[in-house]
Amino acid sequence: MSYNKPTFRHPEAQTNKLGYTRKAYEGGISTLCAGCGHDSIVSAIINAFFEMSIEPHQVVKLSGIGCSSKTPAYFLSRSHGFNSVHGRMPSIATGANMANKNLVYLGVSGDGDTASIGIGQFAHVLRRNLNMIYVVMNNGCYGLTKGQDSATADKGSKTRKGDPVSFESIDLCEMAIQLGADFVARGFSGDKKQLVPMLKAAISHKGLAFVDVISPCVTFNNAPTSTKSYTWVRDHMEATATFDFIPLRQEITTDYGHGCNIPVTLHDGSVINLCKREDKEILADKKEAMAALEKAKSNDQILTGILYLNPDGEDYHAINNTTDTPLNSLDKADLCPGNDVLQALNESLR
Amino acid sequence: MKRIERTNDFVVRFANVNGSGSASANNLFAKVIYRLGVPVSPKNVFPSNIQGLPTWYEVRLSEKGYLGRRGGADFIIAVNGQTLRDDYDMVQPGGYFLYDSTRELPPDFTRTDITVIDIPLTRLCNEEFTDNRMRQLMKNIIYIGALAYLLDIGLEPVSDSVRKQFAKKPKLADPNIRALEIGYGYAEKNHNGRCGLKVEPTDAVGDRVLIDGNSATALGALYGGATVVGWYPITPSTSVVEAFERYANRYRVDPETGQKRYAAVQAEDELAAIGIAIGAGWNGARSFTATSGPGISLMSEFLGLAYFTEIPLVVINVQRSGPSTGMPTRTQQADLLACAYASHGDTRNVLLFPSDPHECFEMTADSFDLAERLQTPIIIMSDLDIGMNDHLSQPFSWDDSRSYDRGKVLSGEDLDRIEKKWGRYLDVDKDGICYRTLPGAHPEKGAYTTRGTSHTEYAAYTEASSAYERGMRRLLNKWETARCMVPLPEFTIRTEEKKIGALYFGSTTAAAVEALDRLQENGTLINSMRIKAFPFQHEVFSFISEHDIVFAIEQNRDSQMQILLAGECQVAPGKLIPVTNFNGLPITARMITNQIHTTLLAREKPFIAPASAAQEARS
Repeated sequence: MSYNKPTFRHPEAQTNKLGYTRKAYEGGISTLCAGCGHDSIVSAIINAFFEMSIEPHQVVKLSGIGCSSKTPAYFLSRSHGFNSVHGRMPSIATGANMANKNLVYLGVSGDGDTASIGIGQFAHVLRRNLNMIYVVMNNGCYGLTKGQDSATADKGSKTRKGDPVSFESIDLCEMAIQLGADFVARGFSGDKKQLVPMLKAAISHKGLAFVDVISPCVTFNNAPTSTKSYTWVRDHMEATATFDFIPLRQEITTDYGHGCNIPVTLHDGSVINLCKREDKEILADKKEAMAALEKAKSNDQILTGILYLNPDGEDYHAINNTTDTPLNSLDKADLCPGNDVLQALNESLR
Repeated sequence: MKRIERTNDFVVRFANVNGSGSASANNLFAKVIYRLGVPVSPKNVFPSNIQGLPTWYEVRLSEKGYLGRRGGADFIIAVNGQTLRDDYDMVQPGGYFLYDSTRELPPDFTRTDITVIDIPLTRLCNEEFTDNRMRQLMKNIIYIGALAYLLDIGLEPVSDSVRKQFAKKPKLADPNIRALEIGYGYAEKNHNGRCGLKVEPTDAVGDRVLIDGNSATALGALYGGATVVGWYPITPSTSVVEAFERYANRYRVDPETGQKRYAAVQAEDELAAIGIAIGAGWNGARSFTATSGPGISLMSEFLGLAYFTEIPLVVINVQRSGPSTGMPTRTQQADLLACAYASHGDTRNVLLFPSDPHECFEMTADSFDLAERLQTPIIIMSDLDIGMNDHLSQPFSWDDSRSYDRGKVLSGEDLDRIEKKWGRYLDVDKDGICYRTLPGAHPEKGAYTTRGTSHTEYAAYTEASSAYERGMRRLLNKWETARCMVPLPEFTIRTEEKKIGALYFGSTTAAAVEALDRLQENGTLINSMRIKAFPFQHEVFSFISEHDIVFAIEQNRDSQMQILLAGECQVAPGKLIPVTNFNGLPITARMITNQIHTTLLAREKPFIAPASAAQEARS
């Protein structure tokens, strides 16, 4: 069941540039377990879209199957959603994006949905550089089927039952970097301060923006010995660089707050300000990004933040040179060559 | 020996090695016959291989216009050493065997009931051409030149076709024409009067064109307004998408900016291919995918999603021989059950059965209207025979006043006008088809979540049995609407005395019509019905119930159409009698007449044991 939230809001609730309150970006009440990391990510998604003043109906939400894939019901109720089949969200997103290139596509998936059953589709949507935001709510286990290990569970990490994970884990961010995503980031559901600007940057990026969010499963995988637990992540988190996200057209003042002063301009004109110069260079280097991830791993650390960024890549439509009008808006005059052409074709076949 | 002597009514079979350039030479031969006004049906029998394995190209000429496979060969051009013996043995008694006499025939090739025509193809070719590639390619053209003499075609019609083919590169025409002259000259000098088969110009072709079904399907998709295709390469469907891209590149690209009014996404597998088509259909673009049996198996989960969430899309299934990888380059009609009920749970899909390229074009173009009107997958059941072979086909035409039926889609303005609460799965019109909205249509209204889980009329997730049942029943109501919208069967009533009937569909049509004509000539009158679509209409049920027995002619082992009909139409046991061929080669009229004849004979004289159907399958 999905439940609706009470509609009452404070009459003087803050509005964004479109005049909407945060309410316009909310969805139904979550049916996930109390304390689930996914709910925090949902909240961050709501904040990101609200603060960026994006029309909710210009967003398309897509998901696969699993706890994470249920969450689109809990945000952006004015957006169309597509809760598809297990591991196949990327192909549905590809098709939807082909039909209308002008909307914002937000895919939500989990570690089972992406790293196991859907790993093929994940790999290829990265290669295609589809213009979308791909969020993985990563808890290292299958929640909806009661806590089996997933492919992102770290080898040796102990789960609820106390057994260490026997197999090597898949690092989705490393995969994403290697397979051609131009924007790769890792966040933690418990760190909204980092997650909201990270999502905003992902939304502004043109091409595939991959955001892996470690999101503890309070019911099945939150033992302190699990590397996907609140405790462990808090203790081992290492941020790459604190950064600010400045949306397009917002006045850039000289004061960037906490000393951020290295701007990286995204495709739509928005700016990410990084704190340290070396980060800018590191960000655009795949090998460095991979090395940093591996190094952190060997130090028992989880590296968070934007891990890799190439703001100048071409998305699928740019490569395809798709016409500016969304394909779903073309009519017969644009599409059908007509009978004269057909008669000439007949003649050429004789 | 009695030589076969016939005009415009015989079968020529070319035995080649694949990858040796024989295909274009053999196509040239078929095209010449076609241009002389003689109905022709070429069939390419090719291996699942790129180079070095045996391949055959069979050309049937039939002034009467019978375009199914006939079976047997009256004239065999044998240029493949690997299959020389089989090819030699296969020539019909009284027929002709042309071989490359640069190497002598083995001594045990001793048939006296055929005419052997020796032409030193390799020697002639090597004397004229020095370039290795040319030596390989022109050998094929030399035998076409010889045929031009032997079959009384003359050099001109063939060299005209060559010039037409190379109109843009006239330099390439010269060596071809030289090779034709060499073959023609050699045959004229050495084999004068050796061949009793003749081609005579006539006007039996009319305005028909010669084209393969996959190209026609692609044209149908282009004219039907398809803008998104998700696909994964698989024989024999690949050329559908290749042709679509070819046509789209010609007619859907802005000449100034180079911008494309289509997107053809080569996916990572068939799962993603149909996922792309579903995503695009959901978001309001006309979309399709093309595949074959193994792809259908993979796409089944997604077909169920599209059925249950009610998303329009078109699936082109160019069937091949199964099960599993089966015979990937051979034809069959064996995916009926897999497609009709593809996916777990109570799922049913609309099927259309084109019988030739003209119908591939029409049905594919129509299927996009049908998909959007019915908001469900439409599967075009083509096959390798229709799809990859050239067929004589009615010319294509398009009514320019026709507009696309985009079905029940509410715009932003529509949503503002509606007074009652809109529900994605609310059956307002009581035809089982509900109104859908597209993302971005309205700032506040019309958004919903599409889900493969059970849902209410308002698209909300539900586990309430009553809501689930209502939805499933409504889908059946929609199925009834589909029944009224798909094309009706086509009937040929030969006698009012409705004793024996026959039904067939798709690529079986040409051979079935010929078989029934032949049976009629021998006094057995059989009424027939060509099924064009699933769900079956009342007319299908009536035809079956009106006749005492009905032969179900199809190209699979298990009589899948019969099973489908028995399940859907409550047919009495014993009423439908299977006539099948599943050897991977197109069914022949001879197979059909033999099986029908045997059955009828056994019914009249039950003490005669019917001959095994498997025996007939060999011809």
